[in-house]
Amino acid sequence: MLEIKDLKSRIGDTEILRGLSLSVNAGEVHAIMGPNGSGKSTLAQVIAGHESHEVTGGTVTFDGQNLLELEPEERAREGIFLGFQYPVEIPGVNNAYLLKAAVNAKRKHNGLGEVDAFEFLKLAREKMATLDMDPKFLNRGVNEGFSGGEKKRNEILQMAMLEPRLAILDETDSGLDIDALKAVAKGVNALRSPERAIILVTHYQRLLDYVQPDYVHVLSQGEIVRSGDKSLALELEEKGYDWVREAASA
Amino acid sequence: MSTESENLESLVNRRYEHGFVTDIEADSLPPGLNEDVVRAISARKNEPPFMLEWRLQAYRQWLEMKEPTWAHVHYPKIDYNEISYFSAPKSDEDRPKSLDEVDPKLLETYDKLGIPLHERARLAGVAVDAVFDSVSVATTFKEKLSEAGVIFCSFSEAVQDHPDLVQKYLGTVVPRRDNFFAALNAAVFSDGSFVYIPKGVRCPMELSTYFRINAANTGQFERTLIIAEEGSHVSYLEGCTAPMRDENQLHAAVVELVAMKDAEIKYSTVQNWYPGDENGVGGIYNFVTKRGDCRGANSKISWTQVETGSAITWKYPSCLLRGDNSVGEFYSVAVANNMQQADTGTKMIHIGRNTSSTIVSKGISAGRAENAYRGLVKVMPQAHGARNHTQCDSLLIGKECGAHTFPYMEIKNPSARIEHEATTSKISADQLFYCRQRGIAEEDAVNMIVNGFCKEVFKELPMEFAVEAQALLSVSLEGAVG
Repeated sequence: MLEIKDLKSRIGDTEILRGLSLSVNAGEVHAIMGPNGSGKSTLAQVIAGHESHEVTGGTVTFDGQNLLELEPEERAREGIFLGFQYPVEIPGVNNAYLLKAAVNAKRKHNGLGEVDAFEFLKLAREKMATLDMDPKFLNRGVNEGFSGGEKKRNEILQMAMLEPRLAILDETDSGLDIDALKAVAKGVNALRSPERAIILVTHYQRLLDYVQPDYVHVLSQGEIVRSGDKSLALELEEKGYDWVREAASA
Repeated sequence: MSTESENLESLVNRRYEHGFVTDIEADSLPPGLNEDVVRAISARKNEPPFMLEWRLQAYRQWLEMKEPTWAHVHYPKIDYNEISYFSAPKSDEDRPKSLDEVDPKLLETYDKLGIPLHERARLAGVAVDAVFDSVSVATTFKEKLSEAGVIFCSFSEAVQDHPDLVQKYLGTVVPRRDNFFAALNAAVFSDGSFVYIPKGVRCPMELSTYFRINAANTGQFERTLIIAEEGSHVSYLEGCTAPMRDENQLHAAVVELVAMKDAEIKYSTVQNWYPGDENGVGGIYNFVTKRGDCRGANSKISWTQVETGSAITWKYPSCLLRGDNSVGEFYSVAVANNMQQADTGTKMIHIGRNTSSTIVSKGISAGRAENAYRGLVKVMPQAHGARNHTQCDSLLIGKECGAHTFPYMEIKNPSARIEHEATTSKISADQLFYCRQRGIAEEDAVNMIVNGFCKEVFKELPMEFAVEAQALLSVSLEGAVG
């Protein structure tokens, strides 16, 4: 589904990704781990098309399509979802309005008509119930005055409504209490299916207790330095990132 | 970033959609201004002697006044002798009695503007007094209104049919010599709207006027007078678009509102005069004096404006809070894009006891535009218990635009409670990326964010016009992201 080959990127004069390769198939859950500054969030943003990153080499294809040629909104409509580490506040813009606009943009792309307002609300309320979100959040400004946990649940709600084929969650677990973490994990697990792939970008293995990854990759200085299964995450937790760095440079 | 700004450029460079000219033969006076022109205007309108006298006095006062220069706007000097002061559609002598009799070209013009007059009037229950150039050519729903005792007609008709009312109220809120542009208007005003709501009557429908400027080189000098008698209620909307022109057109309107005891006037404006091209060439100069007089106790006047057009906007809808417990409100969205300059705000003058006022101003600047809020809150010595809340927010789109806030406060009574909040924000790249990552196109994302910013004002507009205002805003700001 997603093929990344020798990907290089920079911000200004600073090289961040230095020849990263990754292959993700439908049905798989990949965890990307690594210390701060290793390029985890950059990878997520480059896949989503954030314009502050300049791609200087390599290729990224999504179902054979050159992803790097597409605008961020086109990538989203193709089925790529990025759950943000720091979701922005958009004052005055109704949460339901943004959600509906997003759903309709995707439906239009797929040649479908606009979603029925009544069905949309019904579905949104159902999804919110599974995330333990108060339906009142639909009528608030997008992330406006939300707590950290509420913002992350809101990201998962958007993901649930948009039903992406590839979901990338950028440190969605950071700063969450255990209840919020469980709710988020529940939302992610609900999305798991043979047609979809999920990339979890995370600093800690905590989330992986609730969402079992098929693969774990460790990023260091813009490259994947080690890949393995779930046990790699546990080993990391035990030995720390220095262990990977040393192993990589050895 | 570069692709983003290119997109922005192309969007900004989109041309004004409503720029077209209807070639209805105009019956205009030659350019120039002197007493003979004032007499000619009055004569053509067959005005009674008191009107001519009033105009002539205004003209003489105007001659002694100087054009104000304090506003944060810059424009070449206006030559008042190059302007023609009267223009009316040919069909003036033979006014249509219904829409069927209206010049089909005019109706076509409205269609191009997306204002299907008859449809709108029928569906929305809106009485439309369409001002085409200077003379009203279509007035609808008059019968229904007259059943309620409401007078809604063109100013010229009011002068003919209700001269006593006109004489009693004209110039009592905005005196002839109030300011340079008001004096000019008083001398040469061509037409406008007149509304009279009798005691205890709630006007059965929204009253609405669409204005258009259509003859080249013809300044538009509208004059509107609305009188709400004791315990009455009226909601009035003015909206306008103008065709594309190469030369700047002067627009100096005057609006006077009078609210007696327990009366309420809600005055909403959607202003979309031609703003000029991307270099600021050809836009309308809009110098407007709007003032409401809360003359009776417990009266209320509420101004809501959405200002998206004009090369220059100079406009301060104000409230004189004379009645005890009277209420003044000002809700404003002012958009300035490309080379537009807006200097707009309000004046709230607290005179009676326990008066209160609310000011919510949302300024949006994009391109190289300059947007200034200028507001005065004045509490007179006798105005015990006055309250004001002012909220003044600016949104910047791009790096070359400017936002300025000039709040003035003159508080002469110690019991006053005055609050002022001001914010300036930018549409951030992060907000745009967030929306785009959800599949929403950049342009739609900007609209969404801007509409969110303006929400508090839009909710004050009558429903059907709120939708129109949102659409207008998106046209005005298309691609204004940098």
